Amino acid sequence: MESTYLAIVLSPLAAALIAGLFGRRIGRAGAHSVTILGVAVSCALSAAVLWRQVVDGAPADNVSVYTWLVTDGVRMEIGFLVDRLSALMMVVVTFVSLMVHVYSIGYMHDDAGYQRFFSYISLFTFSMLMLVMSNNLLQLFFGWEAVGVVSYLLIGFWYTRPSAIFANLKAFLVNRIGDFGFLLGIAALLYLTGSLDYREVFAAAPGLQDATIDVGSWQWPALSMACILLFIGAMGKSAQVPLHVWLPDSMEGPTPISALIHAATMVTAGVFMVARMSPVFEYAEAALSFVLVIGAITALFTGLIALVQFDIKRVVAYSTLSQLGYMMVAQGASAYAAGMFHLTTHAFFKALLFLAAGSVIIALHHEQDMRRMGGLRKYMPVTYWTSLVGCLALIGFPGFAGFFSKDALIEAEDLSRIAGAGFAEFCIVAGVFITALYTFRMFFLVFHGPERMDAEARSHLHESPWVVTLPLVLLAIPSVIVGWFATGPLVFGDFFGDSLYVRPEHDVLARLGEEWHGPMSFLVHGFQSPVLYLALGGAAVAWFLYLRQPHLPDQLRDRFGAVYRLLENKYYADWLAERVIPAAGRAMGGAFWRVGDVTLIDGGLVNGSARVVGWGAALIRRLQTGYLYHYAFAMVIGLALLAGWLLIRPGGS
Amino acid sequence: MPEFGLLSVLIWLPILGGTVMLIIGERSGGSQWFALALSVFTFVLSVPLYAGFDSGTADMQFVERIPWIPAFRVEYFLGIDGLSMPLILLTTFLTPIVVLAGWEVVKLRPVQYFAAFLILEGLMIGVFSALDGLLFYVFWEAMLVPMFLIIGVWGGERRVYATIKFFLYTFLGSVFMLLALIYLYLQTGSYNILAFHAVPLSMAEQIPIFLAFLFAFAVKVPMWPVHTWLPDAHVEAPTGGSVILAAILLKMGGYGFVRFSLPITPDASQTLALLMIALSLMAVVYIGFVALAQQDMKKLIAYSSIAHMGFVTLGFFIAWAILSRTGDTAGIGMGITGGMVQMVSHGFISGALFLCVGVLYDRLHTREIGAYGGVVNTMPIFATFFVLFALANAGLPGTSGFVGEFLVILASFRANFWYALLAGTTLVLGAAYTLWMIKRVVFGAVANDGVAALRDLSVREFMILALMAGGVLIIGLWPAPLVDVMSASVDKLVVQVTQSKL
Repeated sequence: MESTYLAIVLSPLAAALIAGLFGRRIGRAGAHSVTILGVAVSCALSAAVLWRQVVDGAPADNVSVYTWLVTDGVRMEIGFLVDRLSALMMVVVTFVSLMVHVYSIGYMHDDAGYQRFFSYISLFTFSMLMLVMSNNLLQLFFGWEAVGVVSYLLIGFWYTRPSAIFANLKAFLVNRIGDFGFLLGIAALLYLTGSLDYREVFAAAPGLQDATIDVGSWQWPALSMACILLFIGAMGKSAQVPLHVWLPDSMEGPTPISALIHAATMVTAGVFMVARMSPVFEYAEAALSFVLVIGAITALFTGLIALVQFDIKRVVAYSTLSQLGYMMVAQGASAYAAGMFHLTTHAFFKALLFLAAGSVIIALHHEQDMRRMGGLRKYMPVTYWTSLVGCLALIGFPGFAGFFSKDALIEAEDLSRIAGAGFAEFCIVAGVFITALYTFRMFFLVFHGPERMDAEARSHLHESPWVVTLPLVLLAIPSVIVGWFATGPLVFGDFFGDSLYVRPEHDVLARLGEEWHGPMSFLVHGFQSPVLYLALGGAAVAWFLYLRQPHLPDQLRDRFGAVYRLLENKYYADWLAERVIPAAGRAMGGAFWRVGDVTLIDGGLVNGSARVVGWGAALIRRLQTGYLYHYAFAMVIGLALLAGWLLIRPGGS
Repeated sequence: MPEFGLLSVLIWLPILGGTVMLIIGERSGGSQWFALALSVFTFVLSVPLYAGFDSGTADMQFVERIPWIPAFRVEYFLGIDGLSMPLILLTTFLTPIVVLAGWEVVKLRPVQYFAAFLILEGLMIGVFSALDGLLFYVFWEAMLVPMFLIIGVWGGERRVYATIKFFLYTFLGSVFMLLALIYLYLQTGSYNILAFHAVPLSMAEQIPIFLAFLFAFAVKVPMWPVHTWLPDAHVEAPTGGSVILAAILLKMGGYGFVRFSLPITPDASQTLALLMIALSLMAVVYIGFVALAQQDMKKLIAYSSIAHMGFVTLGFFIAWAILSRTGDTAGIGMGITGGMVQMVSHGFISGALFLCVGVLYDRLHTREIGAYGGVVNTMPIFATFFVLFALANAGLPGTSGFVGEFLVILASFRANFWYALLAGTTLVLGAAYTLWMIKRVVFGAVANDGVAALRDLSVREFMILALMAGGVLIIGLWPAPLVDVMSASVDKLVVQVTQSKL
């Protein structure tokens, strides 16, 4: 199988290199053909691998490709661990990537950087596959940073825009703060287990439950410390509070990127990582609580921000933040399978929503402000209906994919006994109402109500070409059906097999599974829970506020000005991240340089010592006047002093 | 019958070639062709050092040993191990690149310019292969002369200030080293460095010897607070001078620690390790912030060099902290290996970054960040290289910049959590100062007419940067060949540092 795995990884890489290095020679059609071919090969082979794992029941495959280096007895390798968890991720990544490739033919049609764009997204696919297929922490970190770099390049794709190159630097640096923690987490695991290989690390974890790491004079529980450090990396990549500030700005990149990288795949890497490392996290209760609480805060508070955004992409971006919080909450409650399932459904419906938003944006000639949209339903039927599917899936409307994954997650939370579970449950249940409210606020503002665009834009309105709408339809299908057949095996069955590890006392999904009687009864059960009515209530309020009484939102804003401003300024997190911290860093650098280097070291030490030498030299020069009588005089004085001393010294003659 | 070995050829061929060029002088054209041919030939000759290297042993290889000044038992004693061999190859690889970098650019006395680099190459190889203390000292000091001239003759406006500062700093440092060498000669009866390694020394002897060496090496590395000569020297040096300075000269300091300080005075190293770690972390954190404040590209890269060299000394001196915390030597070798890899990698990355600045400087004659903006619009190929090297400088996995820092951070976690934490700040600081520079220089709309008129890389420039990029990527993707040749020597060094001489 090794050659298959290599082909899965290398075909997007080869395509990226061809499109990137020979873009001018192969032309536009050549670039998109070769990259689509590369990703299609990858996607087909990934599907075959998933089939082999799940249907044929093949055992997990652990192959080493080459030895990166050996030092001090630690062997660092590049290799693949392909089991059901990674196989699922491979399919999600390559499928969404393939859709985005096709979609980009239409979306990027008029762009001068066409070949570069296709090269980047194929390179991203390669990096993401390296991340999910890794069998060790080194390669995980490689993939982790590589997707970060491609994200950096793509956010700054339109590099002449000041906002884009501001956003990409911000994204990279915030992610680097996370990676800083992540790297220390890797170092901690190496310190504890002596290996970077997953299987050796996992095997050692149970024996380290009571181990501690000395930090100064404290003793910290070793595994919790390592896991929290790793999770700080996940907070960067998966944009959890307070490292979430980069994701909304990443919308400066082209919309297909927002769908692929900043919604469906890269930002879920943190969620995947926690699932992958579940054999370690399971023995680190404090870390699980930490994950839970951070996830819960993210789920609720970033959702609230989405309520006041008017940029259509930013609404979807804040929604993504909130949904990532949901996934993290599931991971914290040891409901890894539910988290992974929500990741999967979210990948489909959120990619769909982003691409639909992109379809609207191109129809309106790159207008993103929802205040200048409205009534698009009749102009763009395919986009309208597929968006509706995406919105219903997002709010968890019964029967749609998001319903199954979100409900399973909330129910699991209800059963969890881990510290912070109560708080988390409150946040995610309240979040359901918020989600429905902002989702349908967006939906109604864009597709219903009065047409607020100018006449010029209205005259050009039409449905997008088939390369754009086809991916919408192809993504809408799983957004509807995937819950019906996947919930049972993925969440309650043994789909993941040994690839996830849950200690029996944490196993909330197993207890929930006892009540699982197929999707239909789950659906019926859903109607009896208040969660559904919160979602419907949110949608109804959105209808009332934005279609029925459209003047109300303004009145509410005036009435609750303080809250509104807090949300509009995103709790001042951006202000802190953009104004205060960089300015402080620069000021510190400037002060260190001017005071430390220029004044103290150069001015004091270097030039100071030179000055001392200079003074000394001047002094000595005074003595050497060249006048004979000066020297003669000095000699006489000297002789007199010497003679005098000889005469008057004690015991002298 | 003295044998004339490969190392001697590598040392004396460039020196001889350079001397011939000086003698012939300006009369004949094509001096750059001669220099290029000779340096490429030297590189080809140096390949057997790698190909014929036995990585299974820590013993010296390619040894040449004949008496030089018998009265004082000074020998012409050459040999290499896994610590010095990669640095020699780095030298022979970079010299042709530096010659190419000066190809059409140097208009003033080109013959002398290229001759200086050839002579410098031979002397640097001499430093890395000398196993006799006095021979080492001769090469070490002689090497200052061509470097001094390169900055002083072909440098920028404040070149005299920079040259004098550079000279005084490094010269002062090496005077103390000479004293230490003489003391060791009196103890062992020879200048044989391997005998220095074996000689027992009391703590009262070790501490002054360590400090004497420290002064010489710390200036070269350079370590905080004796680093301020470097930014000035870089700013004033011509591109080629900066490349050699950053890529190889600084490595002599790091090499000195593993060849002299650690094995000769292990107990003093242990006693003063905390100081060394503190200075190293100071370089990483403090200098990281200082780099953030720079407006001059060369200064920024110079400060970045100091910060990155902090990893070298950190990797070397965490050994005893690991030993006392874990009671085990595991991790010491990783730190030393990390430091060594960092030196080689830094040679490629900082060299490449200085070459990139040189490309821009040749066109617009300014190094000010503020004078650029939107370079990618007019120089897309150049921008690709520049961004690649910048990411490597920020320690991106898959590039050489990652390998050394990764190993050192992993190893320092074994020593102390806080060391690893402070060292890890480079992930944020390194990315911040490097990519912020990239944002201001490369990205954005075309900032002015100067940038609008830029033309992209010439074939010559493309070749130089492509070679450097190859080095950066190969070491990053597959460091095993580099690490393997070091491992036996590193293992031996681990034994040396953990065995008390008292």
